[in-house]
Amino acid sequence: MIDKCISIEKALESVRHGDRVMVGGFGVPGTPFTLINGLLERGTRGLTLIKNEANEDGTGLSKLIEAGRARKVICSHLGLNATVIGMMNRKEIEVEFYPQGILAEKIRAGGAGLAGILTDIGIDTILAGEKRCIEVNGQKVIVEPALRADVALIHASVADPFGNLVYEKSARNFNPLMATAANIVIAEVEEIVEAGDLDPDHIHTPGAFVDHVVAIKEITPEYGILEHHAL
Amino acid sequence: MGFWNIMPSKEKIAQRAAREIASGQIINLGIGIPTLIPQYITAEKSVFIHSENGILGMGPRCRPGTEDRNLIDAGGNYVTVSKGASFFDSGLSFALVRGGRLDLAFLGSLEVSEGGDLANWIIPGKFSPGIGGGMELAQKARRLIVTINHTDRNGQPKILRRCTLPLTAKGCVDTIITDLAVIDVAKEGLVLREIAEGAKVEEVVEKTGACLIVPDHEIPRF
Repeated sequence: MIDKCISIEKALESVRHGDRVMVGGFGVPGTPFTLINGLLERGTRGLTLIKNEANEDGTGLSKLIEAGRARKVICSHLGLNATVIGMMNRKEIEVEFYPQGILAEKIRAGGAGLAGILTDIGIDTILAGEKRCIEVNGQKVIVEPALRADVALIHASVADPFGNLVYEKSARNFNPLMATAANIVIAEVEEIVEAGDLDPDHIHTPGAFVDHVVAIKEITPEYGILEHHAL
Repeated sequence: MGFWNIMPSKEKIAQRAAREIASGQIINLGIGIPTLIPQYITAEKSVFIHSENGILGMGPRCRPGTEDRNLIDAGGNYVTVSKGASFFDSGLSFALVRGGRLDLAFLGSLEVSEGGDLANWIIPGKFSPGIGGGMELAQKARRLIVTINHTDRNGQPKILRRCTLPLTAKGCVDTIITDLAVIDVAKEGLVLREIAEGAKVEEVVEKTGACLIVPDHEIPRF
């Protein structure tokens, strides 16, 4: 049986300076905090980071950005992160925004071996300004190129040694899409079960897409409840 | 955390907005006032709330101590799910929106024009947190209701002939619900449908920065 489980140190050797790195997660759920912290420790720099948002100030992706490791961030919004918005406004990092579902589709297209997508989202806005527009079936649409990365960092709940992944609740978000759209896919997981223990009907990401599986040693407070979002 | 200036009238706006929801609808609630709407949806209505981060059938926020670290709404708040709920990825979540399966969306806004244009994502040089899911919700929800205070914090109208800010989407707003009025965006222009208890028609007209059509009949109160 194929066994893709390796140490975090070994897995993160795949990430080089200047790489494009996709990072799963929407807020805390699904964010691979352990892999992000590992990347921070390694000192990898000049990265283009692709994620829905940059997590909140001082956590997750924001730590990499605040440490000056990112050249560019491609995301949907930064609404909960004043620090990164400040860095963007001071032009310390470049930020590229996409409508959330269009970001998802660009990644999906990249993972599906397609060159891009055609969409009318944002067609009447400043977003369309610099983009290539064409007419399809009488409708004006924006040509959005597909998005791929050198490495994707994924968080899943359960994996088997082949890299079949199962996500939990709202922690799924961008993870299964990004798991298809990078040359190297590293999944950090909370639990590793024996081959055959996962019901094939319940697997969200087939192991074919996953290169490395890293077991999380500890569910640290970063993965936990953010008190300011609780009642 | 809300992007908008939320004033005490927000509960009243949310309460009125909830009455626009029909049983069986799939709805989405934007940040700010829309998040207050669920508590006013009456029990006989069966409604599925969609959340952009991959939930259909979102329930109320968690009671303290019952939070699940893997279950939040699009604003980061810990939520529950209702019977029949499902989870999915971000691609599918927006397929639901763009594909026409979202019956109704409620959004806050900075400005709305008399033609139903919406501007709520950027104030160049001042406020640019990104786009999020708002553009797709505005452009593709089958019906879009904007819930806003009638004027901004300086007392200036938020309903204008034309938006001064960059648009989120053009001609997308169907109804505007404010602390003072319910206004429909019709072919002939903005039509006053209802007026808040205690408000005067002249006041609503004065605080609206666009032409407001006031029907001849008595305007119902809410």
